[in-house]
Amino acid sequence: MTLKQKRLGLIAAGLLLLSSAVGLVLYALQDNLQFFYTPTQVKSGEAPQSRAFRVGGLVEAGSVKRTGLDVSFQVTDTAQIVPVTYTGILPDLFKEGKGVVAQGTLGPDGVFRAKEVLAKHDENYMPPEAQAAVDKAHQARERAQKTLK
Amino acid sequence: MARTEQQSNDRFNGKWFWRYASPAAFYPVAGTIEKLCWFLAISLTIVGLYIGFFRAPTDATQGEVYRVIYIHVPAAWMAMVIYLAMAFWCAIGLAFGTRLSFMMSHALAPTGAIMAAISLWTGALWGRPTWGTYWVWDARLTSTLILFFLYVGYIALAAAFDDKKKGDRASALIALIGAVNVPIIYFSVQWWNTLHQGASVRPGGSSMATIMLTAMMIMAFAFWAYCIAVAMNRLRTQIIERERSAAWIQSSVRK
Repeated sequence: MTLKQKRLGLIAAGLLLLSSAVGLVLYALQDNLQFFYTPTQVKSGEAPQSRAFRVGGLVEAGSVKRTGLDVSFQVTDTAQIVPVTYTGILPDLFKEGKGVVAQGTLGPDGVFRAKEVLAKHDENYMPPEAQAAVDKAHQARERAQKTLK
Repeated sequence: MARTEQQSNDRFNGKWFWRYASPAAFYPVAGTIEKLCWFLAISLTIVGLYIGFFRAPTDATQGEVYRVIYIHVPAAWMAMVIYLAMAFWCAIGLAFGTRLSFMMSHALAPTGAIMAAISLWTGALWGRPTWGTYWVWDARLTSTLILFFLYVGYIALAAAFDDKKKGDRASALIALIGAVNVPIIYFSVQWWNTLHQGASVRPGGSSMATIMLTAMMIMAFAFWAYCIAVAMNRLRTQIIERERSAAWIQSSVRK
């Protein structure tokens, strides 16, 4: 049995070594593995200036303005805001207050010119009635907060 | 070479389960498991799809297209689980030199590859109407594609050797090394920004309506049963093919 235990130990040690190596590589590549940058990262200059990148976050409520196919909206991570312009058809799930990922370049004026806009769905699955109930509860809470102020 | 049952029992200090490391002993057991799992797979699929398609409500934001989760999520889970199972059997096979372990791993591989392909395919079909694209190179999607390639590489390498034992050992290395990819797939949505959403079902809670979750879990069990059933079927074929010169097969053929 000792030979077998030795072999098992060797396999375990090999796997441990390999996974720590992979872990270190992934840690080093952390920035390159991000699919998008958050508005906070964009504002702090972490996003690339000269080449195209993606910015992701929530569509700021009330920020969507459409003139024909031209759309402008703001992407927020609740801390910072990046204004985005885009020309084209938006995905069905594009909505104010919902997730969005836009690909394009950041202009010198701080406006992000998107070439592609994707909707990012969240992990919540619920029937429309439940969604309505959640929305209602949100509105009630906001109203309550306003009255308390 | 051939050991009797008594000798093998003595060898493993009478621990009963070691007996089933023998292909001859496991062959009939695999047949029983296969039958049971076919029954479970078929009945659970009927119940799961019925609840999923006719009882579960529409999703508030995605509409009807969300129903792909009843196939997509179980397939993606199985793709990951089967790879870990393969790595487990390959480690056992390398350490203990049990030939049934390698056969088990070979029997699982095609099903795992199919599961990875299904999850990628259904994901693409869902991605187009919801995200607005079939495919993006985010961490979750890319690592799942790598998983699919690992399966294909494993199958190809195992088949590339005329000497089956060499093929077993070489492909076992792919299974073991590739296993590192599985936690990367699972945690990719936590570690990095991805377009793919985070996990809806986590240990200790879920962010899904109960009836949707119920249907999805039933489908997950149906996928488990299906995968075990086809793996057992393939394992029995492997046993007959590889042990064809063994006395117990020869005598049962002559009967």
